[in-house]
Amino acid sequence: MAQHTRKGAQFQAVTANRLADGVVVYLTAKNGWSESLQHAEVAEGKEAGEALLARGQHFFEPGNLVIDVYLFEVEMTDKGIRASSVRETIRQAGPTVRRDLGKQAELEGVHE
Amino acid sequence: MYRYDEFDHRLVTERVEQFRGQVARRLSGELSEDEFKPLRLMNGVYLQLHAYMLRIAVPYGTLSARQLHKLADIARKYDKGYGHFTTRQNLQLNWPALKDIPALLDELASVEMHCIQTSGNCIRNVTSDHYAGAATDEVEDPRIISEIIRQWSTFHPEFSFLPRKFKIAVCATKNDRAAIKVHDIGIQILKNAAGEIGYEVWVGGGLGRTPIIGKKIGDFIRREDLLAYLEATLRVYNMQGRRDNAYKARIKILVHEIGADEMKKLVEEEFAAVKTRGALQLPDEEVERIRAYFAPPAFEPLSDATPELDAAIAREPDFANWVKSNVQPHRVPGYAIVNVSLKPIGKPPGDATSDQMDAVADIAEKYAFSEIRVAHEQNLCLAHVRKRDLHAVWQALKAADLATANVGLITDQIACPGLDYCNLANARSISVAERISERFADLKLQHEIGRLHINTSGCINACGHHHVGHIGILGVDKKGVEYYQVTLGGAADETAAVGDIVGPAFTEAEIVDAVDTIVKTYLDIRKDGEIFLDTYRRVGVQPFKEKLYAAH
Ligand code: SF4
Repeated sequence: MAQHTRKGAQFQAVTANRLADGVVVYLTAKNGWSESLQHAEVAEGKEAGEALLARGQHFFEPGNLVIDVYLFEVEMTDKGIRASSVRETIRQAGPTVRRDLGKQAELEGVHE
Repeated sequence: MYRYDEFDHRLVTERVEQFRGQVARRLSGELSEDEFKPLRLMNGVYLQLHAYMLRIAVPYGTLSARQLHKLADIARKYDKGYGHFTTRQNLQLNWPALKDIPALLDELASVEMHCIQTSGNCIRNVTSDHYAGAATDEVEDPRIISEIIRQWSTFHPEFSFLPRKFKIAVCATKNDRAAIKVHDIGIQILKNAAGEIGYEVWVGGGLGRTPIIGKKIGDFIRREDLLAYLEATLRVYNMQGRRDNAYKARIKILVHEIGADEMKKLVEEEFAAVKTRGALQLPDEEVERIRAYFAPPAFEPLSDATPELDAAIAREPDFANWVKSNVQPHRVPGYAIVNVSLKPIGKPPGDATSDQMDAVADIAEKYAFSEIRVAHEQNLCLAHVRKRDLHAVWQALKAADLATANVGLITDQIACPGLDYCNLANARSISVAERISERFADLKLQHEIGRLHINTSGCINACGHHHVGHIGILGVDKKGVEYYQVTLGGAADETAAVGDIVGPAFTEAEIVDAVDTIVKTYLDIRKDGEIFLDTYRRVGVQPFKEKLYAAH
């Protein structure tokens, strides 16, 4: 799978798509999957990131709830957790060309 | 029009049942994703950024009004009320839930539709001219042979696991609207001096990472031999094509590596062998049986003179503009071809809402023999409209926001889904196309610029056909930031060419200005009667390069 984080990324979270409907979800501290990035557990540093990914992948098969589990870079801002890349921002929010669709309605300024 | 026969129907319903079981077993955890993924892909189900995507086959771009109504319904019921028409003449739904897809496929099957051959390393859905049966200089309806190829290739056991996907396009006019030279196999239908119909065969064209224009290997393959010749070509490819590297596995790489002459020789040897076995001779009766599916509708004998139409054109400038760019001559007097632009200014190219699909289907029922075509330029087309109904058709389209008068003009752009939807994307394409169309929204300016195709892809896979755009835009990713590389001078028609890279890539903020600079440069240096491509072919890349990078 393509890399969605980078070496030296400080903060990372784990994302996936929900099996039944494909919706983008994030791994939470309670080992659940939330539709909101704000509920994601954020790992700081390389090792914590890898451990988080391993936890996410653990839920890949047996729990059978999600597919395409991977780690991606985030930033901690005063407005909350934000994805670093355009790609992950779009996954988090919805297509920039259909602002009426996806989760972006509740995510003011997310594409700025 | 084509109706798939009982054999097809049984096959499709069996396939839906099988997939229903597979989805259930996946959802219960019995099948792993690794086991399931190839199965879902075989049924046209991809995973994109936000959701699953379902690609629905529209063979050679022909739809009945009933089918289009059904697609509208499905998009409403199982998706978010819209769909995206692609450069492969297919329809993609962006948001279906996996658990709903078996039910969705049942509904599709009820109108003889499916998602077979829209994915995987098989012979994909055959594409053709959206003016089929209507174009003035057509040798014969290209859908007849397209359908014969479709029947031959569907689930062909030998060709279900090719080294890579395989795309065939068919064209029957001098003016190539099916882009046959950038397909794995392109077929040009011809008539010889004796009045017999035969086929010119081009192989090894394609876009993607290595764009190549096809080479002609067959000059005049006789009708009864066409399937044998295609089988021979596929067999040579299947045996010799590279399976070690996905980027080198297309037939274009084989043809490029061994040369067109060697390819021709190998195909001819295999062709001779296939012919000796005789099994693939195409009998006349079979051709006639298929031809009947595409029998022309009951055209009325009409005069080509239409004073009411001329008066309306003189009276209403908006209507006149629409006729000028969106209406084309028809082979039957008193009729015209209507192109329905899916490129409104500032909106995603190729998208249509369910309501718009219903509107087009209604218009087709009333004015166009219930027939709709999907064009590879991501527009729709009503192939047979009485000229005296054009004004009413325009009004009905206008009521559905479908009367944008820009077909063939600079705002009639091709754009793939790009990073707004696609899992493989490096950069957005739709948003770039939207901003370009806003920049050039002024219709007077568009007419002054004349025919100019801008094609944008969000990654090197080139679903947006950027290499063959007069101006091509390719999204690239530099450390998570979107950049755009520009090519000039590409063409997808009978003069097919791959565009030249103009220089370093532009940022997302710069790209629209860059296009503007290119257009202004062209307007400055063009000679009378030239379109952009003519000017480019005359002067080359240099003047554009100078203007674009002058400030750098
Ligand atoms: S060209 Fe790339 S980004 Fe565009 S649809 Fe194809 S794979 Fe996706």
